[in-house]
Amino acid sequence: MAFKKISAPLSDDDVMQLKAGDTVLISGVIYTGRDAAHAKLVELIEAGQPLPVDLTGQMIYYVGPSPAKPGAVIGSAGPTTSGRMDAYTPQLLEKGLKACIGKGSRNQPVKDALVKYKGVYLAATGGAAALLAKTIKKAEVVAYPELGAEAIYRLEVEDFPATVINDAYGNDIYEEGRKQYEIKD
Amino acid sequence: MREVNVSEITSAIAELCMDANFNLGEDVLNAFKSALENEPSPTGKNVLQELITNAEIARDEKVPMCQDTGFAVVFVELGQDVRLVGGNLYDAINEGVRKGYGEGYLRKSIVSDPIKRVNTKDNTPAIIHLDIVPGDKVKLTVAPKGGGSENMSAVKMLNPSDGARGVVDFVVDTVSKAGSNPCPPIVIGVGIGGTFEKVAYLAKKALLRELNQPNPDPFYAEMEKEILEKVNKLGIGPQGYGGRTTALSVAIETFPAHIASMPAAVNINCHAARHKERVL
Repeated sequence: MAFKKISAPLSDDDVMQLKAGDTVLISGVIYTGRDAAHAKLVELIEAGQPLPVDLTGQMIYYVGPSPAKPGAVIGSAGPTTSGRMDAYTPQLLEKGLKACIGKGSRNQPVKDALVKYKGVYLAATGGAAALLAKTIKKAEVVAYPELGAEAIYRLEVEDFPATVINDAYGNDIYEEGRKQYEIKD
Repeated sequence: MREVNVSEITSAIAELCMDANFNLGEDVLNAFKSALENEPSPTGKNVLQELITNAEIARDEKVPMCQDTGFAVVFVELGQDVRLVGGNLYDAINEGVRKGYGEGYLRKSIVSDPIKRVNTKDNTPAIIHLDIVPGDKVKLTVAPKGGGSENMSAVKMLNPSDGARGVVDFVVDTVSKAGSNPCPPIVIGVGIGGTFEKVAYLAKKALLRELNQPNPDPFYAEMEKEILEKVNKLGIGPQGYGGRTTALSVAIETFPAHIASMPAAVNINCHAARHKERVL
């Protein structure tokens, strides 16, 4: 496999280099967030309040890690199903978010927003949580500690493996890949 | 009557919760390896290789293979010649879950109310299925079930006239709609017959069968094969990136049905097909 190395946060130019189907290794800083944190962020946006994290250029990883064992940076940390975040993602992209990482398909408004705001959606291997945790070198809670596994963490990652699903050109590897391998009777 | 102290059940459940989350079954690992040989998609192969490595890390470091360490689904086969002493069986099982999820650093994924959604912080309560069976043994099976794949499962009240074809189409359609969401390659449990609630239980129970062990009835064994072939022609592939390994195995369980009914259920499991058992 040929991997493209990318570093987070991302510029518009970085995003435009990525194509659906690319396999990438991400290094740098990414943030976590799932259902509860998304609801809180969008509530702040709608109330015109500042966000606890500046989203400009950032990547959000949809993950609720298992508890860290003593001495470990983080517990197992694989992606959760992204579709549950569809209702919130366009507003975060409008606020400067450049990428999200999860697993599973996105709805049309998210795909349209990725094109409009120059963003990208990536998937990490669902269930490869012990392997993915190995690429996380540092983890600290930066917002909503009361949410436990659903708090927003700032992660420092090295060579975190992911696949580009939806690029800023409107392509979707879930649709294209399936078409390529489908056998019609 | 043989006496069994429920504290033994608590200890066994705690150990099974950890064992199931750390140690992927050999049958699943072997299915990954044979899929790796047959999968034509390079991205698909890469995913399968990651899953093999992931299972090895989880086993060697005693960490959960997936961060979603699941709802603790517990099957109890209680011999009718056993007298349980020392407390309430259900409390003992829940205490085992509390202990296992705490000591194993497993994620607490259960909320106390489906609408109000406050985490119980110890992954209780378990889902407990109790069967009274002949004998003086207690068989415990712990099958932690992840939310992502559970959400893609379905029940349908088919008409008897829909026949085998109706069931096959329903299963293939359910997998097709689930697409990349349930973390393929998946394991498919199918229930046919019984009532509305019984059929869902059958589909869950089917997930406990060792992978690629056919149904003892050749008719249903053939149907399992047909479903697996059709599902793997959908092109979804490992993680939905495109490929021929959408499912690793299909298991069907059946029960007599009402003359008016033919319920069918599809319980989808992700590749982390976790279950461990122990007999006391």
